[in-house]
Amino acid sequence: MIRLVLAILLLLGAPLAAPLKAQGTMPPAPYAYTQLDDPALEAEAADLMETLRCLKCQSQSIADSDAPMAGDMRHQVRSRLLAGESPDEIRSWLTQRYGDYVSYEPQVSSTTWPLFAIPLVLLALVALVLLRRLGKRRAADEGAE
Amino acid sequence: MNRLFYIIPLALFLFFAGLAGYMLTQEKAQTIPSQMIEEPLPEFELEPAFSGLPGVSKSDFVGGEPRLLNIWASWCLPCIAEAPHLERLNREGVEIIGIAVRDRPEAVADFLNRYGNPYSRIGSDNISSLMIEIGASGVPETYVIDAAGNIRYQHIGDVRAETVPVLLEQLEMAR
Repeated sequence: MIRLVLAILLLLGAPLAAPLKAQGTMPPAPYAYTQLDDPALEAEAADLMETLRCLKCQSQSIADSDAPMAGDMRHQVRSRLLAGESPDEIRSWLTQRYGDYVSYEPQVSSTTWPLFAIPLVLLALVALVLLRRLGKRRAADEGAE
Repeated sequence: MNRLFYIIPLALFLFFAGLAGYMLTQEKAQTIPSQMIEEPLPEFELEPAFSGLPGVSKSDFVGGEPRLLNIWASWCLPCIAEAPHLERLNREGVEIIGIAVRDRPEAVADFLNRYGNPYSRIGSDNISSLMIEIGASGVPETYVIDAAGNIRYQHIGDVRAETVPVLLEQLEMAR
């Protein structure tokens, strides 16, 4: 009985699954899964791709993701490097389109500067407190002698 | 003063724990808006997605009335849901230019036979090149393009009944 129900569900589901498969059966972009011939350039591409965020699977970089969109972004990265663009140019080309979201490399901007400033302020504070304490202790030690 | 000083780390911890707890209850923003609104479309030329309609280039957006640029695909389920609403926009006199993403000609023709064809042209984007150029992150997305070829509005996700008046208003504003 359960088998019959499963078989019917599968039959009903088959037409739904067919159009979904089409996305996967299209050939990927030329440079989605093909490395560049120049090893130095490919190393640059790999470094860059690891710090660019996949838009379909937002917790992965485009180097990690198998989503077709990530493959298309890798193609952009490799073909643009091949055309002579620098990694920084490609990153800013993408952030122009998708915002900071697409980059895993934190940039100092009007919204992110506290993230960079707060640790420095805290370190300065700690240094100040330590200096004052040590200074006091030394003064106390000297006073006791 | 000294005792108060020791409470600070605990207070900080409670503040961050509370913040994390609060953020967990908030809906996560799943969409990535394009930063290309108010920017001109790039120069591009896409081959026809199937034999029934011409392909698409930037010049197809220049002159006349504002148009809709609809990014879709025959393999995309929400695109089936939005088909009748695009049809309605078309009946209101809006020209809709389609971009079929990673699609085969026969699948495109089959989809249009089944769910209707509101498009005047459909270009084929097999490597998401135009998608990435205009900051689109998924399928479907719909853009309002003014008669000078500038991107004026982005709708992410399928067009629903309640989206139709919004798009009509944005098209009016883009005149």
